[in-house]
This record gives sequence, C-alpha cells and structure tokens, in this order.
Amino acid sequence: MERYDIVIIGGGPAGLAAAVAACDAGAHGILILERDGQLGGILNQCIHNGFGLHTFQEELTGPEYAARFAEQVKQRGIEYRLGTMVLDITPGRTVTAMNRTDGLFEVQAGAVVLAMGCRERSRGALNIPGYRPAGVYSAGTAQRLVNCEGYLPGRRVVILGSGDIGLIMARRLTLEGAEVLAVAELMPYSGGLKRNIVQCLDDFGIPLKLSHTVVDIQGKQRLTGVTLAQVDEHNKPIPGTEEHYACDTLLLSCGLIPENELSRKMGVAIDPATNGPVVNESLETSIPGVFAAGNVLHVHDLVDYVSEEAAAAGRAAAAYVAAGCPVERSGRAVPIRTAGGPRYTVPRTVDPARVGKALTVRFRVGGVLKNKCVNVYFDGERVAGRRRPVMAPGEMEQVLLSKALFDAHPALQTIEIRVEEA
Amino acid sequence: MAKQTQELTCIGCPLGCPVTVTLEDGRVTAVAGNTCPRGEAYARKEVTNPTRIVTTTVRVAGARSGAPTVPCKTRADVPKGRMFDVVRALRAVTVCAPVRIGDVVLADAAGTGVDVVATKDVD
Repeated sequence: MERYDIVIIGGGPAGLAAAVAACDAGAHGILILERDGQLGGILNQCIHNGFGLHTFQEELTGPEYAARFAEQVKQRGIEYRLGTMVLDITPGRTVTAMNRTDGLFEVQAGAVVLAMGCRERSRGALNIPGYRPAGVYSAGTAQRLVNCEGYLPGRRVVILGSGDIGLIMARRLTLEGAEVLAVAELMPYSGGLKRNIVQCLDDFGIPLKLSHTVVDIQGKQRLTGVTLAQVDEHNKPIPGTEEHYACDTLLLSCGLIPENELSRKMGVAIDPATNGPVVNESLETSIPGVFAAGNVLHVHDLVDYVSEEAAAAGRAAAAYVAAGCPVERSGRAVPIRTAGGPRYTVPRTVDPARVGKALTVRFRVGGVLKNKCVNVYFDGERVAGRRRPVMAPGEMEQVLLSKALFDAHPALQTIEIRVEEA
Repeated sequence: MAKQTQELTCIGCPLGCPVTVTLEDGRVTAVAGNTCPRGEAYARKEVTNPTRIVTTTVRVAGARSGAPTVPCKTRADVPKGRMFDVVRALRAVTVCAPVRIGDVVLADAAGTGVDVVATKDVD
C-alpha cells in the first residue's frame, strides 16, 4: 500500500491552503485527492470578483484566487490526483479511492485533512409542492452551466432563496440576456451579503420579496410558471397573497450543507448545528489525526477565511505527523459554551497548550441582532469584548483569543461566548 | 434642475444603512441616514459616478479540456450604466487557446477605455 504523511480529501480552496501550509510547516509526502478534473473546486465557477481582499489585498475573481493557490501547490511539488473519487476512509486512516489511471487503490495516511466542501440544499429537501418539470435548478448548477459549460438555462427566471449564489446568478443571468422576475426569500431578512443585494439585485431593478416562498410549481414537461405567496411569522403561506409568475426556470438558493458522507462513515462526531465535524483548537475531529477545514467543517461566506482556517488545519496535521501520529489524544479540552445568540462555535473545545499565537473562534448567530456586544468569559470573568452594531445569520462572526490570555488563566475550566446588550 | 433625492443601501458593512442623498443641480447637498463617514463617501460616489467591475465569459476555441468558454473581467471599474454594452461587445469575441490569466480578450471594451482580460488559464 502507498503511504503518505498527509492525505487531503478535496482540492478546493480548503484543500489547497491546507496542503501549502502543511508543506511550509515541514511536512513531506502530501497528497491531494480531487474529484473534479482541475484544482480549485467551486472557485472555478465563481467567475465574479470579490475574492482575496484579506489574503492578497486585491479583489480577484474565483478562478484567479484558485490559480494563485494551485500555483503554490505546484511550486512546492505537492502531489495531487485529479478525477479521483475517495470512497472510504477508515478510522485508522486508510483511504480508498479510485480513478481512471490507478483504478481502485488504497493509501495509508499519517494524517487526513477533510476538505470536501459543501453541497446545495436540493428541491427534495425543501418540500416544494407542485409538478416535477425540467427547469428547476440549484443556483450552483445554473452557475456551472452558464460559467463553465456555456449554456443559458432559461429566459424567464424566478429565484427562491436569497443566498449569495442565488443573488450572484440573478446578475449573471441578467447580463446574459435572461429576465429575472423576482427573488423570493422565506425569512424576513436576506441570507446574502449586503453588497450582493445592492450590486446583483438593486443594480438591475430585480425585486427581493422577503417573507415569500414558492407555493406551487406548474408545467409537466418544462416549467411554465411558479406561484409565490407571502408567509406569516410561522413561515406558513398567507391565503390570498398568491402571485403568479410565468417563467421557464426556477433557481433554488436555499442554503448549503457540509458534505460529510465520508466523515460520518468513518465515525467522526458531527455537530448538528453545523452539519460538520466537532473539532478542537487544532481543527482535529473526534478521531485523532483526522482534521477538517473549510465548508466541510462549517459553511463560510468568504474564501479568505476558508484559506486561513485550512492553513491552520494543515499546520496541525503537520504537527501531528511530526509528533509520530499519537494514537491517544493527550492534553486538555476546555469547552467553549455560548449564550444569547451564537448557534455554534468552531472549535468546540480548546487545549490551551496547543494554541499558537492566537486562536480564532468562529460562529454564526441564529437571527438578526442589533446593538450587541460579543463578550468572552474565562470561568465567569470577562476577558474580551467587542461591540457589534449588527449581526446576521448570513455573516460569520469571529473572536480572536490570544495566547497571552490563556497563559494568564492556567486553571481555565470553561470559555463562554455571550452576546449581550451593548 | 430642481432638488431631487435618491435612496441607497450602503454596502460598507453588514449594517446596510438606508442612505438618502439630496442632489441639487446634480450636486450632492446632503447625505442622511448613514452612521459613519464610509456611508457618506459611498453614497456620494454612488450617485455621482457609480462604477462596477464586469465579469463574464467569452468563447474559447481549441481548449484541450474541451472548455467552451473562458472567464474574463474588466481590468478596472467601468461606469455602471455601461455594463450591458461591455457584455454585448464581448458576444462577438472568440479567443484561441492557450489563454493566460491577464491576457487581453478585448481592448477598450465598448469604448470605455477599459480592457477585458482573461481570469483563467486555458491550455
């Protein structure tokens, strides 16, 4: 069986950044396994700009951002296999994969980094009533068709869900000559970034209908129309508010779900709030030597943070290998608890001894919160705080905990992140 | 020209302040609703000279991967009102592989003075 120090599952932004950071931390024998025919993952179809402001201090498009990291991988001579589907990973880190040149093969990994990304919530998961005609696409599928395959999926379009991909596609389809009639959002607020609402909808006069959903889909072979209705505070359609839209295309942009089939199968503990692995400060899952980063861990808004997080996972994987791949986990696990808003935190536990210069704790809130303070308590003592004029579920939050803070609290038992009145 | 007002949403931060700009004879005389100076700067630019980067794709011939298109962008901002002109001008363009990131796909797109460049390598 082939042996590699670190096997990275996925060659998207997370996998590439993890590989580069692991290599720079001194790891040798790194292998990236990528399902698609090219490195870069979803960035290849995200041809719009706005990537890389944090990482490269300039605004890049998705393919440009991917190319920068792919270049770094190639410069370092890091091995990667394209068109390669990982089928199984054992808790002992034997990876089974297949591709057209090697057939079915096994690789023994010192450490594994899970970087499989996420998938879109499908129509089946949304329970939309009506017929099942052609013309209903996830926003990401439409994005791939338009930007990579050169097809226009339709001429008259309604979009359900105001996630960023849906907003981006509203602009993209409009520029390509389609008419986007409306974007309907079930919630009373948008799940997308403000900038996208302004530059993708307002710029083109596309209405955003908050507290609206699709209550009927018409057309037997091809979509002929959809019916939207307003919903009440319990998200139930209000009778009498129905509006009909004649259209040939419906795009769904209703959330992303981390893709953890492999993780679940190998027995990695999953956090029901994120649908991603439960991890510690090293982004190590419940199985020692198995790390996770990027959208497989929790869905991000900005790729820059994916790269940053994945680099941390790559360094941690390199350190694990350098330590001789210990079977048993040693050290402490101080839990991070939350109150007043955060739905989850990544990581969930901290071993203060393994915190580098600082630890980034990322989280999302469950609803729109205004004029709040994000306070951090170490065993009940407030050690950090930051005012936040507004927080929304669509924008990831983070707090930075310095190494010095942990050093000053050697007997630390509990960390709590509370969202409180400012 | 008389007094007129324009309603905007600031994109400076997640707060998304609703900003009202008052114009007299095309000149900004008042900005209200913003909570910080960034909001005012954004609103002034947005009503007097709104610009955008345009990203789209053009046809590519002879790609080894069989890719039909290559993504591209305007190298700098173009006036917001010219976005469709740029996209329309690119409809007639087919580039030949290989293409490198930064290669000019269309010079001075639609008379904006801005070049459109490739954003992906295609072999």
